[in-house]
Amino acid sequence: MNLSESTTNDGAAAGGEGRARRSIRLAPSPHLADALFTTRRMMIEVLIGLAPALIMAIVVFRWYAVVQVALCTVTCVATESVAAWMRGRRSPVGDYSAAVTGIILGLSLPWSAPWYVAVIGSVVAIGLGKAVFGGLGWNIFNPAMVGRAFVMLSFAKELGASAYVLVDAQLPILTRATPLTIAKKFAADLSAGRVMAGELRVPPMHSAQDIWALLIGQVNGSLGETSALALALGGFYLCVRRVVSWEIPLGIFATAFVFVELSHWTQLTPFTPLQHLVSGSLVFGAFFIATDPVTSPLTPLGKFLFGVGIGVLVVVIRVFSGYPEGVMFAVLLMNATVPLLNRWTIPRPFGATNPEP
Amino acid sequence: MSVLSLPSLRKGTFARGLHLPDRKELSADLPIEVLPAPPEVRIAMLQHLGAPCLPAVKPRTEVALGDVVGSAEAFVSAPVHASICGTTARDSVATLPNGRHVPVVPIRAAEEQPFAGRALFEEIFGGPWPLEAVEQLPPAEIARAARQAGLVGLGGAAFPAHVKLTRLEDKPIGLVVINGCECEPYLTADYRLMIEAPRPVIAGALLARHAVGADHVLVAVEDNKPEAVHALREAAEGTAVGIRVLATKYPQGGEKQLIRAVTGRRVPLGGLPLDVGVVVFNVGTTAALARAVLRNKPLTHRIVTVSGAAIRQPGNLLVPIGTSYGRLIEHCGGLADDAAAVAAGGPMMGFAIAIDDDSSHAMEVPITKGTSGITVLSQSDVDHAEETPCVRCGRCVQVCPMLLVPTRLALAARRNQLDDLRRYHVTACMECGCCAYACPARIPLVQLIRMGKVMMQKK
Repeated sequence: MNLSESTTNDGAAAGGEGRARRSIRLAPSPHLADALFTTRRMMIEVLIGLAPALIMAIVVFRWYAVVQVALCTVTCVATESVAAWMRGRRSPVGDYSAAVTGIILGLSLPWSAPWYVAVIGSVVAIGLGKAVFGGLGWNIFNPAMVGRAFVMLSFAKELGASAYVLVDAQLPILTRATPLTIAKKFAADLSAGRVMAGELRVPPMHSAQDIWALLIGQVNGSLGETSALALALGGFYLCVRRVVSWEIPLGIFATAFVFVELSHWTQLTPFTPLQHLVSGSLVFGAFFIATDPVTSPLTPLGKFLFGVGIGVLVVVIRVFSGYPEGVMFAVLLMNATVPLLNRWTIPRPFGATNPEP
Repeated sequence: MSVLSLPSLRKGTFARGLHLPDRKELSADLPIEVLPAPPEVRIAMLQHLGAPCLPAVKPRTEVALGDVVGSAEAFVSAPVHASICGTTARDSVATLPNGRHVPVVPIRAAEEQPFAGRALFEEIFGGPWPLEAVEQLPPAEIARAARQAGLVGLGGAAFPAHVKLTRLEDKPIGLVVINGCECEPYLTADYRLMIEAPRPVIAGALLARHAVGADHVLVAVEDNKPEAVHALREAAEGTAVGIRVLATKYPQGGEKQLIRAVTGRRVPLGGLPLDVGVVVFNVGTTAALARAVLRNKPLTHRIVTVSGAAIRQPGNLLVPIGTSYGRLIEHCGGLADDAAAVAAGGPMMGFAIAIDDDSSHAMEVPITKGTSGITVLSQSDVDHAEETPCVRCGRCVQVCPMLLVPTRLALAARRNQLDDLRRYHVTACMECGCCAYACPARIPLVQLIRMGKVMMQKK
């Protein structure tokens, strides 16, 4: 419904000479709003936060990164426009949320994914992940992850661990397996007795564990996940700007740290907690994927519990499942629990802690 | 969960809320100006919470300043008085900014008024305020005098003050808090009162304490008003009235938030301050209480701040109750060309007034006892952004001082979900506007919650 009207006074009827046209609006209180903070502004801030990771992706993966991200972004925006047109509505692409989804999806794909993977992933991300629910604000699952999961399962070969490695590539980084793949293989070999624990110190395990390389991004992986430092920079920026809720990354990192420590101590994974935290897409997921406001809880406590759940699931999937990386599925699974978390964490209103008078 | 919301013990504050640009510089340094007597005032029969008054004078009667023009029978009610000398006219009806149609008794001003200009200010706020007389009065007398003077809360809610000054055997009051916070942006009426007339405020504070039999009394002021704190401290020297400075945050002036900041106690949900042994009065009410008890004079005038970027000459005016809004706006230079909204009160909780012409003649709405200001916002102040979908960002949850989930309440109101309205405690909302201010999607949260409350009542 339309809750505000404006009445225009042109003053001429009152006999005033040359009085300017004035438009006084009649609306319910409050009559002020935080002008700087709109939804579009939030999306722009997310784009700024993604910039360091995007730059590092282009530095490390060169042309592959540009093509992948551009393709995903354009397709996402186009899909959203088409979906809006099908519903007879104005295209909402001006709020930049589809562009953000496109960039996140693009950065989560491997450099070698064919063009059709990017396109199909984007169409599914916006179409099935967002548009069918009613558009922005109504979807249950993170759209970028919906698209990613769809192509992951449909094009397993193109997106499996082997897709990251091209033995005779020009960029040397593309010849190496991703750190988490190496860790998983090592763990399997260790439990099967094919290697000794001491071989943690020699290549390829040694190079996979190099913290500095993991931080800067001198490792193989999906386009956006490699430079934990760039991602953390962008992530901290977003937390400081209050665009994302810090409770979620805190919950994720704290819980993942504890559970990795447990797994490492029981030799289920050769990586230490710190190595796990900066490898793979955990930092990317913690700051940019899990914090999607639409698909995360409303209340501060709910957000923290959401982060805890993701932390547990990421570690469980990394350690126990066939996949080397678990962020995508962890986020999707926890997205499903959000309505429940919201219910469980309804705050007690001010004064409700006292007995009724 | 959020450790950042623990109340600070050093300066006193409450959880959540917002830091707003207070915009007080537009009128904070303007001394109180006495409005020249208007040609007509219209005394509304309902200017308070409770039962309306009945007209006590016939039309075409001569009345003097302070005569009763509307009598009140019910307990929760207060009489209304003539604010100028003059002749009554036939009763008519006025629509107040909150939408209510109330009967009014118009009074056409006489040629000569007993006080004008500075003399009127001195009559109301100046002169001796004998503090030693306070203890000698029977406490019940204070409440009686307050009622007779038509005293209601001048902070905006306009609750009959004598009800709060009446002792209840089963609910003793330990502390009287005088609310000098004035947390709404732009408003400086209470601020100027504290600076220019602190002694009646202190006298009234002691009277209130004596009436309810409390042990302590203090005046609470936000820390963006250091001059007021200084003036009050000087006037309170040697008395039992304490001055407490609180962190500036909206809505610190809300009763429950005020009590939390000053005492740490939480008023129970659905309860009143007296359930935690506290009673709160606005500084303006307190000054009027002193005048009512120590000088036997009724409430006939109040200070109104006319401010905002789109009023030509902002000011703090001492006006007779019943003066029209148009008169005040005209006195302050009229609306600027880029005026976009005119609110009765402050910009966060004030009611928008419909203006169909900039000429003051069209603005017949009368000032009532609860009118603390007129805020005129310009086009750039008012946000014209369209509503976009809720992204569940949770900002509204982060700022709500009553710890509610406004977005959920708004959704429930939109969909007529009474169960959810109840589950999320819609009646606890005090409509302060923090949620709507913070919402990036520009959803009219407060209005939807108001609709939700109406839905609950109708059920």
